[in-house]
Amino acid sequence: MKGPSLHIEGRAAIDGEAVFGPLSLDARGGGVTCLLGPSGVGKSTLLRLIAGLAPYVSFDGRITCGDGEQAAPRASFIQQSDMLLPWADVLANVTIGKRLRGEKADTEKAQGLLAEVGLSGFEHRFPNTLSGGQRQRVALARTLMEERPIVLLDEPFSALDIKTRHGMQALALRILAGKTVLLVTHDPGEAARLADDVAIMGVAGVKMISAPASPTPRPTDGADTIAFAAQLTAAMMREAA
Amino acid sequence: MNSLRLALIAAVLLGLWQGIVVLFALPPFILPGPLAVARAAADNAALLTWHSIITLGEIAAGTFLGVALGAATALAMAASKPLRGLLAPLLLFSQIIPVFAVAPLLTLWLGYGFGPKVVMAVLVIFFPVASAFFDGLMQTRREWLDLAANAAATPARSLLLLRVPAAIPSFVTGLRLALIYAPIGAVLGEWVGASRGLGYLMLFANGRAHTDLMFAALLALTLLAMLFYAVIMALAKMLLGKYLRA
Ligand SMILES: Nc1ncnc2c1ncn2[C@@H]1O[C@H](COP(=O)(O)OP(=O)(O)OP(=O)(O)O)[C@@H](O)[C@H]1O
Ligand SMILES: [Mg+2]
Repeated sequence: MKGPSLHIEGRAAIDGEAVFGPLSLDARGGGVTCLLGPSGVGKSTLLRLIAGLAPYVSFDGRITCGDGEQAAPRASFIQQSDMLLPWADVLANVTIGKRLRGEKADTEKAQGLLAEVGLSGFEHRFPNTLSGGQRQRVALARTLMEERPIVLLDEPFSALDIKTRHGMQALALRILAGKTVLLVTHDPGEAARLADDVAIMGVAGVKMISAPASPTPRPTDGADTIAFAAQLTAAMMREAA
Repeated sequence: MNSLRLALIAAVLLGLWQGIVVLFALPPFILPGPLAVARAAADNAALLTWHSIITLGEIAAGTFLGVALGAATALAMAASKPLRGLLAPLLLFSQIIPVFAVAPLLTLWLGYGFGPKVVMAVLVIFFPVASAFFDGLMQTRREWLDLAANAAATPARSLLLLRVPAAIPSFVTGLRLALIYAPIGAVLGEWVGASRGLGYLMLFANGRAHTDLMFAALLALTLLAMLFYAVIMALAKMLLGKYLRA
């Protein structure tokens, strides 16, 4: 099931105070779009709007999908803090979405997904006994359990050490393949490694930059990755100025 | 180590107590020494046990009902905004009325038996449990509420699967206070009108200048309350332990 393309345009305000926009942003269907931009520019707010989690924001504009259907019910959202429930074991955390809807928790499928993220045998561990990387993997498995074609990730890897982060990036790309992914990051290197497209969000709007054609994840020390990361850094510096 | 320290503190306090009695040559009807109290406790062991069982029954029933009522109120208030508006003043009222002033009324209405003591205990327990648990239910982390919204959860399931588990630490805080207040409620009820229980025994002994027996009853009450607290808290940790981890 390939994810639909995503189009957002409009402006947002909270309590009468402008947060962003007017802007326009496109995310390629089934591809990875990285969203960069200075702190406070409204990246998280944008993600929350797409996921339908921002009732406190007055949004003047529209969020549409290429297939004409709604985005919010088909989007799942991973925040920077992984939102794992401390009182539930790994398996119960992965199946919480189904249980919240009153559906049967498909344990077999959950175990398959845990195996896919490399956490076989961790089913009955509790979150406080896991490392940051392992917790993010549980969060990924939980997202996959939801079978949503759109996945929104808000700085998911920023708290991880560089080696773990690289492993998680590759894993996320592999298991999210085919979904429409919108990933917020502050790291131009991460965007250069993972993105099919990059959106740089500034107060004046969004600037779209397409990535090199080489397959992702690109090697960190690849010539085109390095050049692209440098290009993104320069663009971000212009935005921040 | 811990129990050793406790024993040491107890020994020092008892020594001090006996020292004061001897030093100031206090008559036993003002302040009996610990040895006299121990003798009175031993001589009246059956009597103390019998009245302890009565008071323990009142404390246990009051705690059970008060905690259940408090928790149910908190749940109702968290689940429904109209109910919140209705119950919030009631909650406050239950705490503001001086329980001392209500006690004679309860005796008047419910008689001298078990009932009014249990109601007294319920009255003092209800507020700490309901308010602590309610606070917890209203402070669920935004990320978890987002999770519920993102998963298209019904309000009832979100309450049951996220808000209640997340509020268990607050509930336990309320329970802790309840366990400390429950004996106060029960003994207050016994003081106002009773023919049984440690509170009654204390008044009875006081009236006959059996100060040593009064102290023995006080000691029994303290031990009873401590034991009850320890047992219920251990039970709570056992049953709710997984909701108390960080
Ligand atoms: N619930 C809220 N109430 C009021 N203002 C808010 C709220 N959430 C965000 N804002 C404001 O909206 C603006 C954008 O915030 P947002 O979190 O979207 O920024 P961001 O681009 O994700 O920043 P960062 O990179 O630091 O995460 C900020 O000025 C912030 O103060
Ligand atoms: Mg943010």
